[in-house]
Amino acid sequence: MYKKRQKVGKLISILIKIILCVIFLFPFAWMCSIALQTGVESSRAPITLIPAVPQWQNFVTAWKMAPFPLYLRNTLIIVAASAALQAAVMIPAAYAFARYEFKGRNLLFGLILIAFMIPVQVTFLPIYRMAGKLNLINTLWPQIIPHMTNAFGIFLLRQYFMQVPDELVEAAKLDNASDFKILRRIMLPMSKPAISSVMLLSVIGLWNDYFWPLMMTRSDEVRPLTIGIAALRDTEGNDSWNIIMAGNMILVLPLIVVYIFFSKYIINSFSYDGIK
Amino acid sequence: MIAPAVFGIVVFTVIPAIQMVVWSFYDINQLNPAKTRFIGFGNYTRIFQSADFTRALVNTGVYTFWTVVVIMALAILLAVWLGTKRDKLSKFTQAAIFLPYIVSMVSIGLIFLQLMSPNYGLFNAILEAVGLPKSQWTQSSKTAMMSVILVAVWKAIGYYTIIIGGALQAVPTELYEAAALDNSGKVRTLLKITIPIISPQLFFVLIIMTIGSFKVFETIQIMTGGGPNNATSAAGGVVLLIIVGVLTFVYFRLLSRKVHYQ
Repeated sequence: MYKKRQKVGKLISILIKIILCVIFLFPFAWMCSIALQTGVESSRAPITLIPAVPQWQNFVTAWKMAPFPLYLRNTLIIVAASAALQAAVMIPAAYAFARYEFKGRNLLFGLILIAFMIPVQVTFLPIYRMAGKLNLINTLWPQIIPHMTNAFGIFLLRQYFMQVPDELVEAAKLDNASDFKILRRIMLPMSKPAISSVMLLSVIGLWNDYFWPLMMTRSDEVRPLTIGIAALRDTEGNDSWNIIMAGNMILVLPLIVVYIFFSKYIINSFSYDGIK
Repeated sequence: MIAPAVFGIVVFTVIPAIQMVVWSFYDINQLNPAKTRFIGFGNYTRIFQSADFTRALVNTGVYTFWTVVVIMALAILLAVWLGTKRDKLSKFTQAAIFLPYIVSMVSIGLIFLQLMSPNYGLFNAILEAVGLPKSQWTQSSKTAMMSVILVAVWKAIGYYTIIIGGALQAVPTELYEAAALDNSGKVRTLLKITIPIISPQLFFVLIIMTIGSFKVFETIQIMTGGGPNNATSAAGGVVLLIIVGVLTFVYFRLLSRKVHYQ
């Protein structure tokens, strides 16, 4: 009797897990299905679950609806440049906060953490004006430079750098190693997982960002992929879901492919967030 | 070595935030800056009298309340039930639940607009198939809020499940063994042992979730009225800043007494 109940419980638990998987994965499968339907299939009742003939040319149509090569190029530049800049700013700062005693250290560290709480929705307007004064509105700079300080990254890296044993650093200093050398030879190799996690989170956030580029741009020349995809709905209207979803896949697919290979790693990175 | 980092935070966060506070007390004339003048709380009285602003504020409050409550409850349940399991299906389920969190709101928004489309959407097709009445989803003011909350919960719950799951792993197993010896029921163990022990993490989750939700407010405001180059927008931004600040403060005061720190 007891065994039977246990078996039923296990079955129910498997069933719930499968239902959960369907709830969270199906919308993405649905996006793929619609992206391959004809215009008629995607806008008629009853709905079409699987397209009769996959319409691969939808991707070509979507790609030609707007200057997508340009958008994609902008996204790639913004993501790569911002991430590189963040790394260049964050690593020395975290090292100094972890390893040096200097006046105002705690104050400055506190400042960075407090500023971290201020949402960009509060700060975008003055930054837009600043960019306007510097004649940078039609460039990619306003979408790169303001991201330079990654407060969360500094916080996390500092924790890692503080855990590096003092003896290692002292020994290196006795050998007259410069700060740069200590950073490169000791600190960075020992905190590789933290650095790659921070960079991964940052790249995903930059790739997905919509609000900031929307506020910072006034022309197609400098807009990223997210804005282009969102605009598809306005140009295409509600009757061309197949084209909209095909465009949407351009934005989602790279992330999903990366996720399939690195899901465990990505989940771990995000759970660092919780340590804060 | 910290100069660039401090420069970035000061120039791109601290100064703009102060600037917004200052602007919120001025009547800004874009075309003729000489006519810009100090008007004290003028912008504030104006925005609080504007129907758009108060509607956005109330909507954001309702939205924040429900997303926080629903996500918190479901994420605790999911984390307790799924978070400590190590078999393949459980891990796969966790990964599936987390996936929407890393996909952009733009993409998710488009997918759900389709799913919730009153005429060709999948949701209404399902409702019809099981004999329930169709819903207008985002198209009707009655169901729009519920639809938005549904999407927000679906997108973010995986993240909070992971965070709470991480906290659960730190709970000493002896406590559960002791509870089992006392014949404590599952619900009681959850309420009396698990939740109090992980309360610092729950507290953290509560704060970031609330702040994250309230950010939506400024976005709604920008989308629905005014546009960014509007003087009242500065006042709106300051209101957001104050709300976020006050919430953080209240949480700390209210919960610091109830939260168990180890």
